[in-house]
Amino acid sequence: MTGLLQILFDALSLGSLYALGALGIALIFGVMRLVNFAHGDFIAFCVFAMLWPSINAAAIVFAGNLPFYLLIPLLLLVGAGLSILSEVIVFRRFRNANPATMMIASFALGFAIRNFLLMLFSSRPKSVTLWPSLGLPVEILGARIPMLQIVTIVITLVVLAALTLFLKRTRYGLEMRAAAENFTMARMLGVRANGVILFAFAISGMLAAAIGLILATNSGTADIGMGANVMLIAFIATVIGGLGSIPGAVAAGFLIGGASVLFQATLPPDARVFRDAFVYGAVIVVLLVRPQGLFAPKSAKQRV
Amino acid sequence: MTLLTVDNITVRYGRLTALRGISLSIDEGEVLFVTGPNGAGKSTLLNAIAGVVPPVSGSITIDGIDVTGVPPEQIARRRFSLVPEGRNVFGALTIEENLKVGAGMRADKHKVAGDLETVYGEFPMLADRRHTAAGMLSGGQQQMLVIGRALMTSPRLMAIDEPSLGLAPKIIDQVYEILVRLRAQRRLTLLIVEQSSTRALMTGGRMILMRGGRIVLEGPASDMIKDERLKQAYFGFGDH
Repeated sequence: MTGLLQILFDALSLGSLYALGALGIALIFGVMRLVNFAHGDFIAFCVFAMLWPSINAAAIVFAGNLPFYLLIPLLLLVGAGLSILSEVIVFRRFRNANPATMMIASFALGFAIRNFLLMLFSSRPKSVTLWPSLGLPVEILGARIPMLQIVTIVITLVVLAALTLFLKRTRYGLEMRAAAENFTMARMLGVRANGVILFAFAISGMLAAAIGLILATNSGTADIGMGANVMLIAFIATVIGGLGSIPGAVAAGFLIGGASVLFQATLPPDARVFRDAFVYGAVIVVLLVRPQGLFAPKSAKQRV
Repeated sequence: MTLLTVDNITVRYGRLTALRGISLSIDEGEVLFVTGPNGAGKSTLLNAIAGVVPPVSGSITIDGIDVTGVPPEQIARRRFSLVPEGRNVFGALTIEENLKVGAGMRADKHKVAGDLETVYGEFPMLADRRHTAAGMLSGGQQQMLVIGRALMTSPRLMAIDEPSLGLAPKIIDQVYEILVRLRAQRRLTLLIVEQSSTRALMTGGRMILMRGGRIVLEGPASDMIKDERLKQAYFGFGDH
């Protein structure tokens, strides 16, 4: 029972991380058909924003010393700012380009960010200590669950609830959903293209910052490639969820997280190193059965 | 009073020229039918007016103000509403949400609730299913929804691309009945792309015949219908 509970929390917290990542990708894909492969580098950038540029392994913490109620908003702002800047400087120029061109542009942007970080910080991972108390376990029904897992899950649930409220209850949320379905039609009804896109980038950037914070707290290190894994899984989650479906991306994020943890727990020890192969195998099976994704949006097919 | 003037516009998609020097003007409260065979450039004309495809030359003016190259969301703010071909409902949004998207940009927020009730009054079927996802509606219902949604923008000019395409004759009658009534009630100016010239005759108004990206014939619908050139345009005779 306690083992089961532990697995459940592992699955939920890993799934949360992937869901937050998938959400960041899906929001931007929804409004401009761009798969932003620089998203992983946004995550790393936000973590490094806490450090003073240096090539030493022992990082000189800079903003990271701030109390959490200042640090968190600051990093969210950094994430949103970076994301908005990349839209204004890079992606806006590709607004009417085909999706493949935009994707390549996002790769290029990712390279630029990564090498910028490399220049300032070198490739050595840096140790950062954020809130060590979050690493301590709490007992829940006999199972010892790290506090950070609970915090991650709670943050994700709060983010999801807030985003759902925003999308369902506000005018801008409504416009974002309309724009995600048919951008040109939304514009013809007066929805401002730039506003909606900037907003999506801002939220996506803040999600990247949140993921960065969780990853850095969890691993205690800042590494230039730290966002790559989440980005990859998040991208896969948006595909499985049905590209364009925001709830689908979130659900698929949780599914992949759950599947990873389940394979980790149930595979024989010798096979565990191949866990990711099993996860991707499952992804392939899903896509063979449902190429349009599990939760493909009921698009408004022309009906007669 | 002239509401819209299109002056000698040319539109290209890559190397393909869709409109070759089109000029027309519409007075306030007028009905203008645009007809012509497939590929004549009718939809492109509407898209150019709506700001979706900017012309490479020529100009478009609304109320005497040049709006050439202005993006669609700004054209919409001048209360021009385009209902494109293919019934572009937001399928995952409910009927009511679809209607509200149309009202989002309006400054006169206090009138929105009233207009919503008016639209529901015109299309009672929409009112009954207001919380249903628009993707679940039939073709005719979707056509009513997009017209209703355009009305929610409180338009002065409504441009509709093939409102009768793929609809049962009974439903087409209903759609036109509503359009004619709305025109009378609100001094709505209508620009309607329509293959069926009999509709144009029944509704009255002016008619433009397009072919190969040009206007080949223009006049009152009642005169045009008798013109041999109308048939020629469709069947490809004549010296084009």
